[in-house]
Amino acid sequence: MRAVKKYTSFFRLRFSMGLQYRAAALAGVVTQFAWGFMEIMVFRAFYEADASAFPMTFSATVSYVWLQQAFLAFFMAWMMENEIFDAIVNGDVAYELCRPVDIYWMWFSRSAANRLSRAVLRCFPILIVAGFLPAAYRMEAPAGAAEFFLFLLTLVLGLLVTVAFCMLIYVLAFYTVSAQGLRILFVSCVEFLSGAVIPLPFFPDRMRMVMELLPFASMQNVPLRVYSGDLMGAALWRAAGLQLFWLAALTLAGKLLCRRAVKRVAVQGG
Amino acid sequence: MKRGLKLYGHYISITVRSMMQYKVSFLLTAVGQFLVSFNVFLGIFFLFQRFSNVKGFSYSEVLLCFSIMLLEFSLAEMYARGFDMFPNLVRRGEFDRIMVRPRSPILQVLGSRFELTRIGRMLQAVVMFVYGISVSGVNWTFGKVMTVVFMLIGGSALFTGLFLIYASLSFFTLEGLEFMNVFTDGAREYGKYPVNVYGKRMLQFCTFIVPYALVQYYPLLYLLGRVDSPAYIFIPLLAVLFLVPCYGLWRFGVRHYQSAGS
Amino acid sequence: MITMEHICKSYKVAKRDAGFKEACKALLHRDYEMISALSDVSFEIGDGEMVGYIGPNGAGKSSTIKILSGILTPDSGTCLVNGRVPWKDRIRHVRDIGVVFGQRSQLWWDVPVIDSFELLKDIYSIPDSIYQSNMEELTERLSLSELIRTPARQLSLGQRMRCEIAASLIHSPDVLFLDEPTIGLDAVSKLAVRDFILKQNEIHKTTVILTTHDMQDIEALTKRIILIGKGKILMDGTLEDIRRGDRNIDETVAELYRSYGI
Repeated sequence: MRAVKKYTSFFRLRFSMGLQYRAAALAGVVTQFAWGFMEIMVFRAFYEADASAFPMTFSATVSYVWLQQAFLAFFMAWMMENEIFDAIVNGDVAYELCRPVDIYWMWFSRSAANRLSRAVLRCFPILIVAGFLPAAYRMEAPAGAAEFFLFLLTLVLGLLVTVAFCMLIYVLAFYTVSAQGLRILFVSCVEFLSGAVIPLPFFPDRMRMVMELLPFASMQNVPLRVYSGDLMGAALWRAAGLQLFWLAALTLAGKLLCRRAVKRVAVQGG
Repeated sequence: MKRGLKLYGHYISITVRSMMQYKVSFLLTAVGQFLVSFNVFLGIFFLFQRFSNVKGFSYSEVLLCFSIMLLEFSLAEMYARGFDMFPNLVRRGEFDRIMVRPRSPILQVLGSRFELTRIGRMLQAVVMFVYGISVSGVNWTFGKVMTVVFMLIGGSALFTGLFLIYASLSFFTLEGLEFMNVFTDGAREYGKYPVNVYGKRMLQFCTFIVPYALVQYYPLLYLLGRVDSPAYIFIPLLAVLFLVPCYGLWRFGVRHYQSAGS
Repeated sequence: MITMEHICKSYKVAKRDAGFKEACKALLHRDYEMISALSDVSFEIGDGEMVGYIGPNGAGKSSTIKILSGILTPDSGTCLVNGRVPWKDRIRHVRDIGVVFGQRSQLWWDVPVIDSFELLKDIYSIPDSIYQSNMEELTERLSLSELIRTPARQLSLGQRMRCEIAASLIHSPDVLFLDEPTIGLDAVSKLAVRDFILKQNEIHKTTVILTTHDMQDIEALTKRIILIGKGKILMDGTLEDIRRGDRNIDETVAELYRSYGI
C-alpha cells in the first residue's frame, strides 16, 4: 500500500513537470496530431481505392487512429524504463532488493504510473480537438454508453497487459546476456502483432485468427475497437476474456521468474 | 575544402574505431534498425494484400518509392547524425568546446557522430529496392539510373537540412523540439507512399515549402515512365538548395548562442 | 597581451516558481528578468603572466573566460587578446589559445589517447615536425609514455587530467585558460599538474589564467590575483595583499568574500 502512495506522489510530480515544460507539451501534442492526420490520410487513400475491401467502417478507423495517438503512452512497447534495464545490467538491482518491498510489484506500479501520467497529459487535448475536426477526420462519439463503459474497462485491462508483458521482458533480462537485444526483438514483435502498424482487422483472416489469440492482441487492439463498436457481441466478450487470461498468465510467469531471479542474484551477489 | 574533407575522414575513422569497441551493441542496433523498417514494409505488404493499388500506384511501385526514400533518409541519418544528437551536445555544454576550435562548427558537429548502425535500415532499403525493380517492370536507361542517383543526393541533402534545422532550433529552446520529428521521422514513415496520396495541398507543400516531392514523387513519375521529359532527371538536385536557408538558420542560431550564453 | 575594458554582459533569465499552481500559470505567461553578469570589468594581463581569477560561484568568472575565449559576445566594452577581438576573429584567435575545462573531457572516450592527439593535430593543422617535438616534450614532462596507448575510459582521473592538459598544449598556444584543473585529483597528481604548469610558463612563457576554488593551486602557481564578485572586479593585486598573518589561506579568502559582501 505504501508503494501505491509513493506512486501517486510520483505521478503528481511527473504531471507538474509535464506542465512546466509547456513548450515540450505543446510540441508533443502538435506532433501527435500531425501523425494522426497523416495516418488518416493514408487510410482514406486506400478507402477511395476500394471501399469494399475496407474491413472496418471509415469512422471506426478514424477513431482507432485518434485513440491510438491519445493513449500512445499506455501501449507503446518501446517506452520502457531504461532505469530498470540499467539497474539489472549493472547490478544496482542489488540495492533495490535490499528494500522491504516486493520488487515485482514495485516495478509494475512504477511502470503503470509512468505510462498513466504520460498519457493523461496528452489524451485530453488530443481527443477534445479531434472531436471538433472537419467531418472527414473527426473522431465520433462512442457507439453507445455501454460501449463507452466497456471501452474504459478494456482500456485499463490493455494497459495492465502491456505492463505485465514489459515486466516479463525486464525479468528475462536477468537471464540473458544482452538486455538490448531482448528489447529490440520484442519491441518490433509487439509493435507489429498488437495492431500498432496496421489494425488487426486489416490482416488476412487466417492470420488474424492466430494473432488474436496472442497476448499482443490484448493490448491496444481491444479497447480501440470496442469504442466504435467495431468489436462487439460474442467477439467482444471473447476478447475481454483473453485480456484477463493473458493478464493473469503474464503476471504469474513474471512473478515466478522474478522470484527465481532474485534468489539467483542473492546467491551470486549481484 | 580539401583539408576539411580530410578532417571529416579522420573523424569518421575515429568514430568507427570507437564503435568497434562495442561490437555487440553495434550489431544489435543495426539489427533493430532493420526490424523496425521491416515492420513498415510488412504494413505495406498486408495492405496491398487487400487493395490492389492506391492513387494509381501498384504494390511494386510503392515499394520502389519507399525503398528510395528510405535510402535517402538512412544516408542522411548516417552522416548527419551529429545534428540529430545536437540538443544533447548543447545540453552537456560541449558546444563551447566546439567554439574553441579553429574549424567550422558544422564540420565538427558532422564529425562528432557517424552512425554506421543505419546500415541496418539501408540494407532493408536495398533489398526492397531490388525487389521493387525486378517486379515493377521499369525500363532502365542511363537517364533513369542518374535520376535515382540524383534522388539519393537530393534526398539526403534534404533530410540533412531538416536535421540542421532541428539542431539550430536547439540553440533557442531545448523543449519544443519534438515537433521537428514530424518532418524527419514523419517523412520517413509517410514518405513510403508517393506524396500525391495525401492530396493536392500536401503535394504543393511538399513541392514548394519542404521539397519532399522533388526527391520522391516527380522523379518517380519519370522512373515509372509516366512522364517523358528529361528535365525530371535533374529535379531532385533542386532539393539541395534547401540547405541554403537551413544553413542561414544555423548561423543565426550560433550568433544567438554567442550572445545569450548557455 | 590581454586587455579588457569596461566589459558589460547581462542575461535574460526566465523566472520559474515551484509548485503546482505556478506551473499552470507558467503555461500561459512567462516572466523574465535581466541578470547582470559582468559590469564594467577591466584589467590587463601581460605576456607570460600567471593570474589567478577568483570569486564565489556566480560571480562572473565563467562569463569572463567565455568572452576571452571568443565563445560569448559582451553587451559593451572592448577586449583584445594578442591584438585580436576574440569573438570577431574567432577562428584565428582560437588557434592561439588552449582551454582546460576541469570537469569536461575533450578526449575521445573509447580510443587510445594518442588517437585523440592525432585528431587534434588535424584539427589545428599542426605541421608534422612541430607535432613530433611537442609530443616528445609533453610526453616526457607529463610522464605520458605509458598512458597514451590506453583509451581515456580506462584512465584514472589524475592520469586523464595530465592527458587533457597535454591535449590543450599540442598546438603551442600563447595563452592557456585553466578552469578547475585539479578538481577531484589526489595529492600526488595535484602536485604533478602544478609543477608542470609552472615549468610550462617558465620554458614557453605561456600566459596562464587560472580559475579555481582550490586556493593551494593559487598559492602554488600565481603571484597576481584578480577577485570578481557580483560581476565587478573588486581587487587586482597579489596574494600578499590579502594574506593576514598565518591564517589558513581558505579562511583568509572566505573572510575576504565576507568583507566584500559577496
